[in-house]
Amino acid sequence: MTYLRPKFAHPNLPKNKLGFTRKEYEGSLSTLCAGCGHDSISAAIVEACWEMNIEPHKVAKMSGIGCSSKTPAYFLSNSHGFNSVHGRMPSVATGANMANRELVYLGVSGDGDSASIGMGQFVHVIRRNLNMVYIVMNNGCYGLTKGQDSATADVGSKSKSGSINQFEGIDLCGLAIELGATFVAQSFSGDKSQLIPIIQAAISHPGFALINVLSPCVTFNNNVGSTKSYDYVRQHIEATSTVDFVPFMNEIKTDYQNDEVKMVEMHDGSWLRLHKLSQSWNPDDKLSAINALQNSHLNQEILTGILYIDNKSLETHALLGTTEIPLNKLDESTLCPKDGFLEELNSSFR
Amino acid sequence: MEPTNVKDPEYYHKVVDCQYACPAHTPVPEYIRLIAAGKYTEAYMVNWESNVFPGILGRTCDRPCEPACRRGRLEEEPVAICRLKRVAADNKGDISAFIPGPSSISNGKKIALIGAGPSALTVARDLAPLGYEIHLFDDQDKGGGMMRSQIPSFRLPAEVLDGEVSQILNMGIHTHFKTYVSSLKELLNKKYDAVFIGTGAPKGRDLPDLEGRKIGDKNIHIGIEWLASVAFEHTDSIGEKVIVLGGGNTAMDCCRTSRRLGGKSVKVVVRSPFAEMKASPWEKEDAVHEDIPIIDNHVPLSFVTENGKLVGMNFDKVHPVYDSEGKRKLVSTGESPVFIEADDVLIAIGQENSFPWIERDLGIEFDKWEMPVVDKDTFVSQLPNVFFGGDSALGPKNVITAVAQGHQAAISIDLFCNGKALTERPAPFTNLFSTKMGIHEWSYNNDISNDLRFIVPQASKEETLKDRKKEVELGFNLPTGFKEAQRCLNCDVQTVFTESKCIECDACMDICPTNCITFTANGEEQDLRSRLMVPALNTTQDLLVSSKLATGRVMVKDEDVCLHCGLCAERCPTSAWDMQQFLYKVTKAGNSCH
Repeated sequence: MTYLRPKFAHPNLPKNKLGFTRKEYEGSLSTLCAGCGHDSISAAIVEACWEMNIEPHKVAKMSGIGCSSKTPAYFLSNSHGFNSVHGRMPSVATGANMANRELVYLGVSGDGDSASIGMGQFVHVIRRNLNMVYIVMNNGCYGLTKGQDSATADVGSKSKSGSINQFEGIDLCGLAIELGATFVAQSFSGDKSQLIPIIQAAISHPGFALINVLSPCVTFNNNVGSTKSYDYVRQHIEATSTVDFVPFMNEIKTDYQNDEVKMVEMHDGSWLRLHKLSQSWNPDDKLSAINALQNSHLNQEILTGILYIDNKSLETHALLGTTEIPLNKLDESTLCPKDGFLEELNSSFR
Repeated sequence: MEPTNVKDPEYYHKVVDCQYACPAHTPVPEYIRLIAAGKYTEAYMVNWESNVFPGILGRTCDRPCEPACRRGRLEEEPVAICRLKRVAADNKGDISAFIPGPSSISNGKKIALIGAGPSALTVARDLAPLGYEIHLFDDQDKGGGMMRSQIPSFRLPAEVLDGEVSQILNMGIHTHFKTYVSSLKELLNKKYDAVFIGTGAPKGRDLPDLEGRKIGDKNIHIGIEWLASVAFEHTDSIGEKVIVLGGGNTAMDCCRTSRRLGGKSVKVVVRSPFAEMKASPWEKEDAVHEDIPIIDNHVPLSFVTENGKLVGMNFDKVHPVYDSEGKRKLVSTGESPVFIEADDVLIAIGQENSFPWIERDLGIEFDKWEMPVVDKDTFVSQLPNVFFGGDSALGPKNVITAVAQGHQAAISIDLFCNGKALTERPAPFTNLFSTKMGIHEWSYNNDISNDLRFIVPQASKEETLKDRKKEVELGFNLPTGFKEAQRCLNCDVQTVFTESKCIECDACMDICPTNCITFTANGEEQDLRSRLMVPALNTTQDLLVSSKLATGRVMVKDEDVCLHCGLCAERCPTSAWDMQQFLYKVTKAGNSCH
């Protein structure tokens, strides 16, 4: 008669290169509804970070408000975290990132937090190409306030109470590509084999990486007629490609480079191996990505996988030419150079 | 893999490791929960129904359940199952209302039981309430068999033994004590409907050909005979220097008894390496604790006598050599013989069956080891009305095995007397019911205790060595007993999976603290085992495999280190997982048989 996670672990639990098991990447026990898609995404984040040998203290988890934004409590309990104001996670993440670029920034938001109250913040953080992973746990409803339609609910989708949504839903991926995002992916909480490598690729990407994850709300939006239920998503899912994340592969065999397989080199030397499932789509071609997305809307399909990637992306620090040293490591002599320096600087403008 | 057939009661039975390992299949988690609830009488009765001698076994059982305990795969020590049984036995209330008295009905059948040890007493208990007229023969003056003659009082107090033996004898058993059955033929002529033989393994092995054996005979004793003569108070002293030969539990009982009868320098000398001795680890510990050195890798060479009196023994020092199949050979180190002084030597190197009283022309077949040919499931001999059980049936084992065999023999006798085929054995009694009571509410305690195994307190050595009847182990007090009971993982509360309800949200897979659950593509067992969240390397534990789910995958659960914490069911939005309590009882002789 308790709801506590036992301390016992599997005695043969595998360890990563840092000597950690998955246990060291877990968080406290979730208080979300049983069967919530968000919990699967949390588990995918745990698995992705464990596999990538990321030191937990080198991660900052940022979130806003909502069911989705509660999840950073349920993964990576040894990492930094900031549960911020509703829709304002991008500004807080920007501030943190500007102060210390050495951390992995993992932003977690929901459809309400990003597409309604935080829409302004969302579009600007994309414009600035802040180096972060931005995961939207998208369930098409406001689960925390009993399931009203959110801004990403599709036209015609039926709510649990039976009402039909009249308004056009916002396509976060299409919007992000439009705004110049350099890594845009869509996935499903119920497909970890796809989600985990996408998260890993997003972490490796030097710039803003959006992952829009369809994550069914079991309590308020898992009914017949909903376009974000487990059953509907499974029936309408259409993948652009299968995704393999290949960390630090130095050598590529030429036979990978055929029409079906696309290799994308990541900034940190790792590789993405995409087995293309659609001939007309190319992950580094923005137009083909927009086309594929629009076609999927027409065909009532849910397109998943990495939709668009620009691996030559320049992130905010690179654009602004800011210091590579975290602010907390800058000493007084660096911050307050001698009098002569100002003189020199001023003279350079004359 | 094919979907697991959970309708076969043996599947869930096997998940309850302790119960499965117990020869009598006592529902261990069931009675441990009752102990935790303070229901000692009920816990005792669950035991009594299954293993007949809870108080005796709670002190002396060989505990096959404990090495099997799942907790031992998660941390070092299993639950102290045996000593919890004693907690139930020591703290039970008045049970007289629950124990059958003499049967008021009679079915007109007469059964003779030869030997009054654990197996025969079990047969008596199972058959007497059904109306059988039971005649029990034993050459001692009290019942109990080897439990009385071979287990010393400091491990098993006489009042505990007497209590549980008389519970059975009071069921209207006709006892014929101090009666040695010298001829089976004579007994068979007395028109019993069936005869059960539970005469144990009464003959201790000797070293007849060792030099000096005859000359030193006055001070050389056979272990089990000597223990019996101590138990029946014919022997009350031994020399100061004692050598005990052998490495089994009888040797441990011999050396510890010697310490109580005046032995000051008592040594156990054993051929095999210490780690390979047959004695239970805790019995070895207790002997060492009583200042008895265990000298291993020494093979007896000769008894050394002076002026016709034993003064000691010579031993050859050996070391074990293992061949490629792991078979052991003891090879002499070539050093000169080791002499150890002794006033008395006790030989406890094993025991054998002996049936001088069974005529060989009755139709009971004996094999080349002079053992009767007995069916290992029905315990019937070549004579359809003669049954065997306990050590006399399939060779020396232990009390709990004797009890289990007694139950089966009783079923066979009941079937035989009712004209049924012995192969038509009753199915086990099983039950499976949900423990869900509400949100976060289960009818069992799913909070996993992190306590390590508690140590059973012992009386002080000064006190116990003075009095051979003073019990060494004190048993758990109630607060410690409660805490030890809480260590039980409730493995009988099964994780039951219903495919049709599963929406494949993966919540169970994500929450499982020991990563037992994986949703993956189906495959052959070996391949599937390698592809789980944590590869299932322990092949003695089964995989629970579902039928095909909506996405084409299957759910695979490795039963190996499941904590039965119920978190999978807690996190399941559709109750596709449910925690269901499973009860498995070996059916006893009685109405369900015919």
